Amino acid sequence: MNNINQLSIKQSLQGIKDGHFSSYDLTKACLNQIEKFNPEINAFIIVNKKALDEAQDADDNRSAGEKLPLLGIPIVLKDIFMTKGLRTTAASNVLKDYIPQYDATVVKKLKDAGAIILGKTNLDAWAHGSSGENSDFGPTKNPWNTDYVPGGSSSGSASSVALNMAIAATGTDTGGSIRLPASFTNTVGLKPTYGLVSRYGIIAMASSLDSIGHFTKTVEDSAIFLNVTAGHDPMDTTTTQEKIPNYLDEINDGVKGLKIGVPNEYINGLSPEISKNFEAVKKQLSELGAEIQEISLPHTQYGIACYYIIQTSEVSSNLARYDGIRYGNDRTHFGDEAVRRIILGTFTLSSGYYEAYYKKAMRVRTLVREDFEKAFEKIDAIITPVSPTPPWKFGEKADDPLAMYLSDALTVTTNIAGIPGLAVPSGFIGDLPTGFQILGPQFSEKLLFQIGNAFEKSQERRVLGG
Amino acid sequence: MKIDVKHVAKLANLKVKDSDLPKFEKQLNEIVGYIEKLNEVDTEGVEITSQVTGLENVTRDDKSTESLTQEEALSGSNKTHNGLFKVPAILDNE
Amino acid sequence: MKYRPIIGLEVHVELKTESKMFCRCSADYFGKKPNTYTCPVCLGLPGALPVPNKKAIDWCVMIALALNCKILNNSKFDRKNYFYPDLPKGYQISQYDEPFGIEGNIKLQTENKTIRIRRVHMEEDTGKLIHAEVDNKKVSLIDFNRSGVPLVEIVTEPDFENAAQVVEYLQKLQQIVRYLNVSNADMEKGDMRLEPNISLRSNTTNTTNATNTTNIPIEDLPKYKVEVKNINSFRFVAKAIETEIVRQTEILDRGEVPAQETRGWDEKKNTTVSQRSKEEAHDYRYFPEPDIPPVILTGDQILNIKKQIPELPDEKQKRFEEEYSLTGYDAEILIRERSIADYFEEAVKVGSKHNVTGKQIANYIINKKPDIESTVPAELVELVLATTQTTETSSSELKSAIEQTFLENPKAVEDYKTGKTQVLGFLIGKVRSLLSPYSSTSGIKEAIDEAIK
Repeated sequence: MNNINQLSIKQSLQGIKDGHFSSYDLTKACLNQIEKFNPEINAFIIVNKKALDEAQDADDNRSAGEKLPLLGIPIVLKDIFMTKGLRTTAASNVLKDYIPQYDATVVKKLKDAGAIILGKTNLDAWAHGSSGENSDFGPTKNPWNTDYVPGGSSSGSASSVALNMAIAATGTDTGGSIRLPASFTNTVGLKPTYGLVSRYGIIAMASSLDSIGHFTKTVEDSAIFLNVTAGHDPMDTTTTQEKIPNYLDEINDGVKGLKIGVPNEYINGLSPEISKNFEAVKKQLSELGAEIQEISLPHTQYGIACYYIIQTSEVSSNLARYDGIRYGNDRTHFGDEAVRRIILGTFTLSSGYYEAYYKKAMRVRTLVREDFEKAFEKIDAIITPVSPTPPWKFGEKADDPLAMYLSDALTVTTNIAGIPGLAVPSGFIGDLPTGFQILGPQFSEKLLFQIGNAFEKSQERRVLGG
Repeated sequence: MKIDVKHVAKLANLKVKDSDLPKFEKQLNEIVGYIEKLNEVDTEGVEITSQVTGLENVTRDDKSTESLTQEEALSGSNKTHNGLFKVPAILDNE
Repeated sequence: MKYRPIIGLEVHVELKTESKMFCRCSADYFGKKPNTYTCPVCLGLPGALPVPNKKAIDWCVMIALALNCKILNNSKFDRKNYFYPDLPKGYQISQYDEPFGIEGNIKLQTENKTIRIRRVHMEEDTGKLIHAEVDNKKVSLIDFNRSGVPLVEIVTEPDFENAAQVVEYLQKLQQIVRYLNVSNADMEKGDMRLEPNISLRSNTTNTTNATNTTNIPIEDLPKYKVEVKNINSFRFVAKAIETEIVRQTEILDRGEVPAQETRGWDEKKNTTVSQRSKEEAHDYRYFPEPDIPPVILTGDQILNIKKQIPELPDEKQKRFEEEYSLTGYDAEILIRERSIADYFEEAVKVGSKHNVTGKQIANYIINKKPDIESTVPAELVELVLATTQTTETSSSELKSAIEQTFLENPKAVEDYKTGKTQVLGFLIGKVRSLLSPYSSTSGIKEAIDEAIK
C-alpha cells in the first residue's frame, strides 16, 4: 500500500488488523515523511530514535493477542508534554537540554493505549503565540504554503498531522492554540472542556485556562483519541470526577433538528474571504437539517482584554519556577514574548493594581461565562469562524504583539468559559485552508463530534501529497 | 496607567537590558492601554470566577509513596555538591 | 517607662502527617539523606500539580478550633509569589484572604491576659539552605526534603507587652498542639518557628489607652514595625524582644523613628541584625491558586473535627484542681504534658482502691519525678503507700514495735550491741512484721540504733 502515512487512525487500525501493513511499516512511512519534509517545515524539535523498535514491539504484542485502542499508531507530542527520558524543551532555550524525570498523565495514557511516540513537536516558546514564529528553535512553516504561518502555538503538531508526518498529535489550547493552527492547516483540532483531560505533566501556561487536546485528520479520529485521554486523574484536582462516555456513540446521528447559534459579535469584522467561507458552512449545516439561529454573546468584545490579564498573571507565576537551579538554564534565557507576558502579569497582580486588573478580569470572566450559559438555554451548540482572517505571512505581526494577541479574538472566550471547542476544516481560500469551530456547553464533546462529523462527511477531504 | 518596566522586572526576577527598556515600555503600555477597555464593563455586584469546574474539596488521604531517587532529583542540574543543589552564596543581609 | 512595647507574633508549626502537604512524599524528612524525599510536585518540576492532604487540612482546622477560632465555611488556597532559592515553584501555596480560622485567642494565666489570634492558616514549607564553602567559594546548598511539608501559621494581634507574655503564650501553644497530637512541636528539629514583630509606642500619645491592657485601636499603633525572622527557641525569642526594646528605645530617644525592617537573631552576637530592607519583596502578588478547587467546610464537617479534640490543658487543669483538690500550681505542672496528665489519672484510679488520694499521687509525681515509662501506675501507688506509711509509723508505732521485738529477741539484741551487725537484718524483719510491709528499712534501722543507745 502506498502513502499509508496519509491514513486516519481508524483506517490505520483497520489496515494493520487486516494485515495490509504493520505498525512498523506505518511508523517507517511517517519517519520517511519526516526525513523528507522536516528540514523545510521544522515541525519537530526531537525525533524519537526508538520509535521503530517500539513499533516492532507493538506488532509483536498484537501478534500475541494484545488489543489496545491505539496499538501501533504513530503520534507526536507538542514539546510541552513531559516525557521521561526524552528531552522536553517548551521550545525555549531555558529548557534546551532538559530531560524530564517523569511522564505526563496523558503521555502515560497514550503509551498504555499502545501509541508510538514519534517525537516532540515545535511550538511558540512556552505556548506563547498564535503563529508558531516564536520558537527559540526557529518557526514552523505551513505545509500548504511555506510563506505562511501554520498558526500557533501548537504549530509543529498541526503541521506534522497536515503533512502526514504523524497520524495524530497532541496539543494544548489556552486561548486558541489548537483551534487556530488546526484551521490554518486543514486538520481537526479539539479543545476539550477544561478539566476533561489531565494537565499533570504538561508545562503550565495559564493554569485556569489550559486545555489539553489534539489534532487529527478526521472528526472520528478526534473522538477515538479523546476516548484514550479523557477522565479523572488523581494527580490533577481540577479534572472531572464524572464517568466518561464513549465519544464514538452517536457520532453518526447527524444534525437534523439541532439548534445551532451564530453569535453576531463573531461575524462582524471578518475578512471577506472568511465571511464567505463561513456563510457556506451555515448553508451546509442548514441543508443537513440543523436550525441556524442568530444569537448574541454581548461580552465577546472584552474577551481579549480579560484573557490577557488572567493569562499573563498566571503565566508570571507559572514561569517563576524556571530559575536554573534544579534544572534548565537561568532566567536570562527567556525570549522577548515570555518577558513581556511575565512583566504584564506581574504588574496586573502587583499591590495596588490587583483590584483594578486581575480582580476586574475575574469578574468579567463571570459575565463571559454567563453569556454562554444563557445562550445554551436556547440552543444546542454555537458555530463561529476560528480566525477573523486567513493565515498570514511570516513577519507580518511579529513586531506588533497587540496585533498578534487580537488574532485570538474568536477563540479566547471558549477558554475563559471553560467550554469545549472543535475546529473543523471548511475549505480553502486560495491554497490556504480555513476552518470553523463548534462550541457547546461543558462536557458536550459528543455533540460537537456529532455535528463536526456530519459536516465533514459532506465535504471532500483534501490531502497533502509528497 | 503606565508600567514601570524596570521595577516590575525586578519583582519578576528578570534582568531587562537598559537598551531593551524603551521597546518593552512601548509595547507593554500599548497592551495595558488596550486591556483597560475592561473599565467600560459594569461589574458591580458580579462575583469573581477563578475556576470554572465547580469542583470543591478535592483532596487525598495522608499516605506516602516512594520519592524520586537523589540521582533523579539532581539529574537536571550540573551545579550540585554532595547530593545538594548548589547556588552562589545567599547572604541573609543582602 | 516612656514607651510601651507593642508585640505581635507569627508562629509556624510543622504538622506530623505521614505525607507532605501537596504530594505523597514522606514528611518525615528530619535527618534524612538530602534530596531523597522529593518528587515532581515538591521539587517544582515543570508540569507538576498539587493535591492537598486531607489530614493536614483537618489538623489545621483542629488547631484553629482549639485556639477558639471561628472557622470559615468557604476557604481556598492562594499563591504567594516571591523568589528565593529554597522556594522551588517561585511561589508558596498558602492562604491569603480566606484562612481556615480567624479571631481566636489564648488566655494567659499571668495577669489574666488574653492574646487575640488574628488567623490560623495552612501553607507549605520551603527547602533548607545550608551555607558552606566549596572549592574556596562561598556557596549555598539546597536540600528540598523539607519542601512541601505542611505548616500551620498562627498569627496574633499585637497584644503582647513583654517577652514573658510571649514565652507563656508559646508554652501554651506548644502544649495545645502536642495535646492535639498534630505536631511534635520539637524546637530542636525546627517544628516551631517564631517571628515576633516589635514596635514601641509612646506612653504619652494616648493616656486613656495606655492603661488598657489589650486591644489598642489600629490608628494608635506605631507607624513602623520590626520583624525578627525565624527564631527557633523560646529563650532566643525573649532575648530578641528585649534587645529590640532597648535598641528601639535608643533610636526613639534620639528623636528618630526605627526603620520598618526585617531583622534576624544572631546567636553568636546575642543581638538582632538587619537582614534585608526589601520593601519591594513584600509585594507577594497573592492570587487564588488555580490548581486547587476551593475548600468548603460544612457545619457537620467542623463538628466532626471538633469531636476529635481531646480535653485541652486549660480545661484539664481546672478539672484537676476541682476533682482532685489540687492547687493551681500542682495541677499546672501535671497537665504540662498530656502523657503525664494521663498517667496521673490512671494512678489515681488504682490509688482509690488503696485509700491513696489524688493529692498524694500528685505530690509524689511532682517531687519524685518517677519515670512514667518504666513505672506502671500500680507500682507508683505502692511507692506512694510506702512513703506515706514510713512517715506515719515513725513515731509511737515504731517505738512500741521495737520494744516488743527487743523483749522477744534478747539474744539478737545482745549480739547486735556487741558488733554482730549481721543480725540487724533479722531485727528489722521482726520489726517490719509488726508494722506495714511498706515501712522503710532505713527508718527502722535508725530507730533500732536509737533504741540501743
